[in-house]
Amino acid sequence: MAKKVLLIEDEPNIIEAISFILSRDGWQVDTHSNGHDAADVVRKKGPDVLILDVMLPGRSGYDILRDLRSGGGTETLPILMLTARGQGKDREMAEKYGANRFMTKPFANSEVLEAVRNLVGV
Amino acid sequence: MGALNALIAVCLSYVALLFLVAFFAERSAMRGRGGWLRSPIVYTLSLSIYCTAWTFYGAVGYAARSGLEYLTIYIGPSLVMVGWWWILRKLVRIGRSQRITSVADLISSRFGKSNLLAVCVTILAVISATPYIALQLQSVTLSFAVFAEAGGGGQSLYTGESTALWVAMGLSLFTVVFGTRNLDANERHHGVVMAIAVEAVVKLFALLAVGAFVVWGISGGVSETLSRIDASQLGQWQVNGGRWAGLIMLSAAAFLCLPRMFQVLVVENDDEGHLRTASWAFPLYVMLMSLFVVPIAVMGLDLLPEGSNPDLFVLTVPLSQGQQGLAMLSFLGGFSSATSMVIVAAIALSTMVSNHIVMPIFLRVTGGGASVSGDVRHVVLLSRRVSITGVVMLGYIYYRLTGGGEALASIGLVSFAGVAQVLPAMLGGIFWRGATRLGALAGLSVGFVIWLYALFLPSFGPGFILSEAALLNGPFGIDWLQPQALFGIAGLDPLVHALLWSMMLNSVAFFTVSVMTFPSPLERLQGAQFVNVFQHSGGPRSWSGGVAQSEDLMIMAQRILGAAEARALFQREATRQGVRGDLPEPSPDFLESLERELSGSVGGATAHAMVGQIVGGMSVSVEDLMAVADETAQMMEYSNRLEAQSREVTRTARQLREANSKLTRLSVQKDAFLSQISHELRTPMTSIRAFSEILRDSDGLSGDELNKYASIIHDEALRLTRLLDDLLDLSVLENGQVNLNLRHGQLGDLLDRSVAAAAASDDGRALRLTRDAATEALSLHTDLDRLSQVFINLIANARKYCDADQPTLDIRVTDHGDLLWVDFVDNGSGISTDAQDVIFEKFARIGEPRVGGAGLGLAISRQIMQRLGGEITYLRGESGAAFRVSLPRPAMAAQ
Repeated sequence: MAKKVLLIEDEPNIIEAISFILSRDGWQVDTHSNGHDAADVVRKKGPDVLILDVMLPGRSGYDILRDLRSGGGTETLPILMLTARGQGKDREMAEKYGANRFMTKPFANSEVLEAVRNLVGV
Repeated sequence: MGALNALIAVCLSYVALLFLVAFFAERSAMRGRGGWLRSPIVYTLSLSIYCTAWTFYGAVGYAARSGLEYLTIYIGPSLVMVGWWWILRKLVRIGRSQRITSVADLISSRFGKSNLLAVCVTILAVISATPYIALQLQSVTLSFAVFAEAGGGGQSLYTGESTALWVAMGLSLFTVVFGTRNLDANERHHGVVMAIAVEAVVKLFALLAVGAFVVWGISGGVSETLSRIDASQLGQWQVNGGRWAGLIMLSAAAFLCLPRMFQVLVVENDDEGHLRTASWAFPLYVMLMSLFVVPIAVMGLDLLPEGSNPDLFVLTVPLSQGQQGLAMLSFLGGFSSATSMVIVAAIALSTMVSNHIVMPIFLRVTGGGASVSGDVRHVVLLSRRVSITGVVMLGYIYYRLTGGGEALASIGLVSFAGVAQVLPAMLGGIFWRGATRLGALAGLSVGFVIWLYALFLPSFGPGFILSEAALLNGPFGIDWLQPQALFGIAGLDPLVHALLWSMMLNSVAFFTVSVMTFPSPLERLQGAQFVNVFQHSGGPRSWSGGVAQSEDLMIMAQRILGAAEARALFQREATRQGVRGDLPEPSPDFLESLERELSGSVGGATAHAMVGQIVGGMSVSVEDLMAVADETAQMMEYSNRLEAQSREVTRTARQLREANSKLTRLSVQKDAFLSQISHELRTPMTSIRAFSEILRDSDGLSGDELNKYASIIHDEALRLTRLLDDLLDLSVLENGQVNLNLRHGQLGDLLDRSVAAAAASDDGRALRLTRDAATEALSLHTDLDRLSQVFINLIANARKYCDADQPTLDIRVTDHGDLLWVDFVDNGSGISTDAQDVIFEKFARIGEPRVGGAGLGLAISRQIMQRLGGEITYLRGESGAAFRVSLPRPAMAAQ
């Protein structure tokens, strides 16, 4: 059975690109583009890997990350964070709140694929 | 000759002794160990210069001629000492606090430092004193002559003239040596004072010895003496009440006004407290001096041949009894009386002559200002020395001219009456603030002229200036101007007559003119200083406080210099003086250096006043006050400047803080801005890169997919371009580097073009517009392209963000004459109140992020409207999103 990836991202083109890359590699990709209910969606869907954008409408990616790490069965969920801000302190924030990987946009497709595979130990 | 030679030897030894006494006293004073010099007994003894040769020899003569009247000249001063000690205390305090150097200085200082007054008093004093000095020389000469005769044969080297000359020269020398050591007349002449104290003892002892000899040696006891007195003609003398009262008053006045008395009483005074002792000791002294006067007079009249000079009984009675030793002692007593008077009178008069006549003339001749000559000190000393010699020589010349014929006592009384003219001005000056300079001048002049005319000139006898006819019938036959019967009042004793008129008219003139004239400010101030000297100079305190003073000085110095420095200064001085502990004696040297030290901190005048306040109980003179005020003003100005500077610093600090917090705020904004730009740039780049990699790496993509992905890359590239355009546009607008292209145009046309341009974009949905063409018929003169940019942005925003089912944008134009409003109101749900505050900030994009635009549009619009002189605001109170563009009149075309 295919592993499930949940992508939380608000830019439609980026959603399309990442979905395409992961689907081709055999992942089952779910997407969500709003920050408000992102944490609930994650817990409901129970993905194997989560790709989380930082700048989301409604709620910041860091907030969601903290929420997920605080309980509800998502404490150890492998999470890859993406950000377009690309400043040193964003990486620090991500590590501090418990992200497993952190990547700055724009990224190489192969990098994202590699990172997702590594996170689930494939 | 033997007796005469012995006499000369004794005389010279005595003079040598006086030199030694003066020398040692001076030296211990210099070393600051003059405590014993400051005894009240020494002060009292120094007052005995009141008893001159006139008293020593003349009193007996006076008694022989006029009975007990001689007592009046003792009673007057005794009354002053006992009953008027408060006047003396005031004089002493004033003299001390004002650094008074003489009677002339006192009067001049009180009346606004008038040198004219000083000159008047000086002349008066010199004229009065000259006969008196002559009198002393005469008495010495006469007593020499007595010995010469007794020694057998008067034809010796020691003629009267040469004796007088030798004595005059010797006295000048002594006075110059010990009287002009210090420049400051207020520095006490310890040597001189000590010498005259010794002389006071000698003359008292001599007179008592002669008296005792007369009573117990010749007469055989007190009761025998009393019966002899009863039997003599002295017992029958009638007491003239008027003359007695007049003489008592006169001698009291003279005691206060005589320059030499003022010198010992006030100038040489070390301690106000000494007056207490002197107030009983001095009357006791004169009582002892007068004790044996009558017995000696009676005995002289009895024993000596008819026609003997009663003025010399003190000498001739012992001689007639073969008592050479006693006579010698008596001679020394008389000699002492004469010399001490001449010495002190010469010092006092020379100070006046030098300070008020010679120095002013010298300074005027040399062009004024002490700065002209660097060696004024030398000049002052020289002038003092010349003045001393001059005064003594004047006495000698007077003696030579008059031949010394007058009875001793009468010369003395004429002198007394002369100096007494100063009394009204003196007493008025220290007790009455209303006294003025002109009043003093008037009183002095009137008194002086009357004294001169009614007493002094007639005392030479007829033919000297005043002819006999003038004396008897008045000058030019004017009857009421008869010198000894002024205004037709005849029959009075000449002395009482002159005294009465001169003092009365003097006082009346002084009072009347004072009341009629107004004092100058300086006079007023000085008047207050003199009259209220006790308030000004603080409570009575000892001036020789020693350690107590040093402690006060230390406390003051600590306040000014700081504790450590003050302590160091005092310890240094204590070590130098060899005193144990760290409180040195307040020696003049130390005070001077302390004052210098303090003046570095508080200014010279203030330092002087402060030290003076503690050491001298000294009040502050007008000049001191002025100088202090000047310094204070300077310090105030300095402190004001400091205060201003401190305010300036505070303001600068506040500005710096503000600038700093502004910079911090800007820095935070800049970070946020950079972060935003990064996000806005990276997002399209991410899509571009991802899809270009997909296109490159993925095989078997369908044609649709290829198309779609290429379109995405294309759109995102356009989005990047737009973003960069907006950023550059904003940067140009914000930096004010934009050039406005002002043109004429119609508002309606401009809106048409804007609507068309906004519709051309692919973003957003279809938007219905409602407009009113009539209101849009306005001509504009502005940068049409920029204004259009604002309109396009607002219309495009409505297309993108209006969330109504059927989006409608209402464009309303309102003409307010000086202001044009163009409102853009849509029918969506509007913008939340929170967001309204930030929509004009950069990257404040709100709402649906999916639709394009980086959130710079409104920020750019705001910048444009600022450049055009108008503004863009969010309109509250509308249901949908509502913006108002305001254009000022200059932006509208002239109608």
